[in-house]
Amino acid sequence: MAKTHVTMKVNGAEVEGLVEPRTLLVHFIRENLQMTGTHIGCETTHCGACTVDIDGMSVKSCTMFAVQAEGSDIITVEGMANADGTLSALQEGFRMMHGLQCGFCTPGMIVRAHRLLKENSSPSEPEIRMGISGNICRCTGYQNIVKAIQYAAAKINGVEFQEAAE
Amino acid sequence: MNDLTPTREQRTAALEGMGCKRKRVEDIRFTQGRGNYVDDVKLPGMLHGDFVRSPHPHARVKKIDDSEALKVPGVLAVITAETLKTVNLAWMPTLAGDVQMVLADGKVLFQNQEVAFVVATDRYAADDGINAVIVEYEPLPPLVDPFKAMDADAPVLREDLVGKTSGAHGPRKHNNHIFEWTVGDKDLTDAAFGKADVKIKEMISYHRTHPSPLETCQCVCSFDKIKGELTIYGTFQAPHVIRTVVALIAKIPEHKIHVIAPDIGGGFGNKVGAYPGYICAAVASIVTGKPVKWVEDRIENLTATSFARDYHMTTEVAATKDGKVTGLRVHVLADHGAFDACADPSKWPAGFFNIVTGSYDFPTAHLAVDGVYTNKAPGGVAYRCSFRVTEAAYCIERAMDILAQKLKMDPAELRLKNFIKPEQFPYHSALGWEYDSGDYHTAMRKMMETTGYAALRKEQADKRAAFARGETRDIMGLGISFFTEIVGAGPSKNCDILGIAMFDSCEIRMHPTGAGIARVGSKSQGQGHETTWAQIIATEIGIPADNIMVEEGNTDTAPYGLGTYGSRSTPVAGAAIAMAARKIKAKAQMIAAYKLEVHEDDLEFDIDGFRVRGLPEKFMSMKDICWAAYNSVPPGMEPGLEAVSYYDPPNMTYPFGAYLCVMDIDVDTGVYKVRRFYALDDCGTRINPMIIEGQVHGGLTEAFAIAMGQEIRYDEVGNVVTGSFMDFFMPTAVETPHWETDFTVTPSPHHPIGAKGVGESPNVGGVPAFSNAVNDAFSFLGSTHIQMPHDFWRNWKAAKDLGAVA
Repeated sequence: MAKTHVTMKVNGAEVEGLVEPRTLLVHFIRENLQMTGTHIGCETTHCGACTVDIDGMSVKSCTMFAVQAEGSDIITVEGMANADGTLSALQEGFRMMHGLQCGFCTPGMIVRAHRLLKENSSPSEPEIRMGISGNICRCTGYQNIVKAIQYAAAKINGVEFQEAAE
Repeated sequence: MNDLTPTREQRTAALEGMGCKRKRVEDIRFTQGRGNYVDDVKLPGMLHGDFVRSPHPHARVKKIDDSEALKVPGVLAVITAETLKTVNLAWMPTLAGDVQMVLADGKVLFQNQEVAFVVATDRYAADDGINAVIVEYEPLPPLVDPFKAMDADAPVLREDLVGKTSGAHGPRKHNNHIFEWTVGDKDLTDAAFGKADVKIKEMISYHRTHPSPLETCQCVCSFDKIKGELTIYGTFQAPHVIRTVVALIAKIPEHKIHVIAPDIGGGFGNKVGAYPGYICAAVASIVTGKPVKWVEDRIENLTATSFARDYHMTTEVAATKDGKVTGLRVHVLADHGAFDACADPSKWPAGFFNIVTGSYDFPTAHLAVDGVYTNKAPGGVAYRCSFRVTEAAYCIERAMDILAQKLKMDPAELRLKNFIKPEQFPYHSALGWEYDSGDYHTAMRKMMETTGYAALRKEQADKRAAFARGETRDIMGLGISFFTEIVGAGPSKNCDILGIAMFDSCEIRMHPTGAGIARVGSKSQGQGHETTWAQIIATEIGIPADNIMVEEGNTDTAPYGLGTYGSRSTPVAGAAIAMAARKIKAKAQMIAAYKLEVHEDDLEFDIDGFRVRGLPEKFMSMKDICWAAYNSVPPGMEPGLEAVSYYDPPNMTYPFGAYLCVMDIDVDTGVYKVRRFYALDDCGTRINPMIIEGQVHGGLTEAFAIAMGQEIRYDEVGNVVTGSFMDFFMPTAVETPHWETDFTVTPSPHHPIGAKGVGESPNVGGVPAFSNAVNDAFSFLGSTHIQMPHDFWRNWKAAKDLGAVA
């Protein structure tokens, strides 16, 4: 099948590649760019393991063709750490609050939470739950993911994190 | 001593040993997208394989034409049963003693069964190839209802078994019959029912569902023709078992098979068994001489690799009029689908379902299980479950509620009246188990006090009165579950897989500078073994957990283990770790005695080293002992500080718990709201409370999904109607309730550190709590049992059938 040349920015770096028109963005990221942090869990846009950030929006990269991302600015989980290589507030929050177990949903969850906190810097628990409802986690039961995002929000806002009582 | 000398508390804390909420080692890589899962493995020249699958649930395969497929750009090979027959791999053994087609051999027996394997240069070309393979089918009548499997005129499913009157587990009554398994004293039980004041009988079904970890099943197989070696990267919960199975069926010497289970994206029992994809990828690599990757998609995962449950349990309880149980009789019809690919220890065709007497002191019980074939996907696996314990716990916990309703007793009171008492442990159950330890009354009372159970019952009574007066359309249910688990398979005297005893293992190597590596036969799929195993070692030998690297999943380096499932890791591998650490400690003591110039009996272990009794200043740290092990060991002693332990547990462990679900249901819409869910777990000694709590949250969420909607459902002609996340209920953060966790600690008396295992408990105990809440809500309207899953529609239907909705 004839291939198309695509260029885009991923985690701040200009990248390019040759893809079939049908190549999914998630496969371009995982196979062509060899960035395997973005995962595939369902292929039907339900699980959110493939979530990346495109031009300031959370997008499920299994439901978009690579050619549709031409010229866009993408952030994947590999671009989430702080510039000095330390864990970001969200990454730290997930670790401190035990917001992950098998780690398979985690990249999509963190990328989604990153955008959520840009949209709403102090979300309530229901807002967090609704905000991550496009991402399925099979291990944690979400409770500690909610805490992880609250932890990150507090850290980003420079306030002390108060863990809600059981 | 001066101010800079660390206190005992500081020295203990520095170890991050057992009992502390150590943050997870794994999270550093997982939060940065640096995990290494199977689909991340890319080998030079790697090809991709994918399946042509059957649209029919039951059909004869007349012809497979691959000529057009082989013309598709990128397609290199199409493998069929005929190809596999040349290497004697068209069929493979299952863990349950049955055989299973790897690729359709003359017939297909379930929808989406594997028919041909297309190998191509990438996954898109493989998909093109699949679409170009032409298969000619002759449809046959499907058998969907397990209750019709043994009818005289039922279709013959397994032609390979025609005329075989016995199978792996004894006599077969019909060609669609797999086994009958009976336990207990039938005559004594019949007699108990004969003289009982009160009896209940109910057909309690636990529907078919699926573990569905977020990462599907997948592998990369690479056969090196020059060396004759096969390397398999795969999503394996039990890598060593896979290696042995491959050696046995592919006739490759076992030392030339390298099985590597890298990071695994959840398992929940789905990744214990062997699937056709693994065999086909291995054969394809042998045929093409290149590495071959197989990655299941979600629809394939839900419809072809192992389902769970599908138990239909006719349950009878006999009791005195004041509520003392006197007998239990259960008959199970078990739907295994087209092949019995149940993942149980070999001698247990219905797993440990004979734990069905639960937490109660039944003087006698009798159990019979009939397994049957149907035109459905093969299985069933233990979905976060120790081999049919989930079904058993659901059965008895529903039955106790039904009995309470008949007796007009509070279900909590009925349970308290019938619990095995603390002084009865070790307790021998009527169906043959020896429960190791428990204090059920304390756990139950703690649950009742913490939740304000009595006040909740009062509120429920008021609500029911208000409902009767027409003031509300909400009904309120309280769902109690008091489960006893049986985990830690298991003692070699009664547990093996394909003849291999279900021990587990650990090898510890301490390095000169006081750091070390522990290799373990278990395999984490998210349980956090890299974190918790190091905590056990830290406490046992006094080396900080941060200085212990834990490695699992590589069969070349890890000692042989039976893997991680059935909550067996802590009870079995955890014990092996403690025992290996104690061997290290014993040698360390000899080295310390030599260095401190005292007899080893004069030494006592003190947090992080050995101290001479009565001379507190004479101390040698474990760190220093590690160094000494490599330069100045006592004369005659071998240098080095390493140990291996293979642990064969003397008994199972029996975790338990008391759960309460408070639910409100709107009868007009069937919409429910889980107002409160309280889970008290007793898993014995707690290694890492943070991880235990996380396991409980996750298991409860799975239980919530299963009880309230998650189902693999077939229509009447054998089509799967819940084959993607569109239809298969997968709760998000919005639907998932808030979880309250609590605990008591009753250590296992036979386990080296007293731990019992916890991973499955919330799934086992959670499902009956949800279902009992729904049933309790509806009971005052006249129902005794409503089948799961309790989705909105079924709740509305129940309300309508009971006359509460016009």
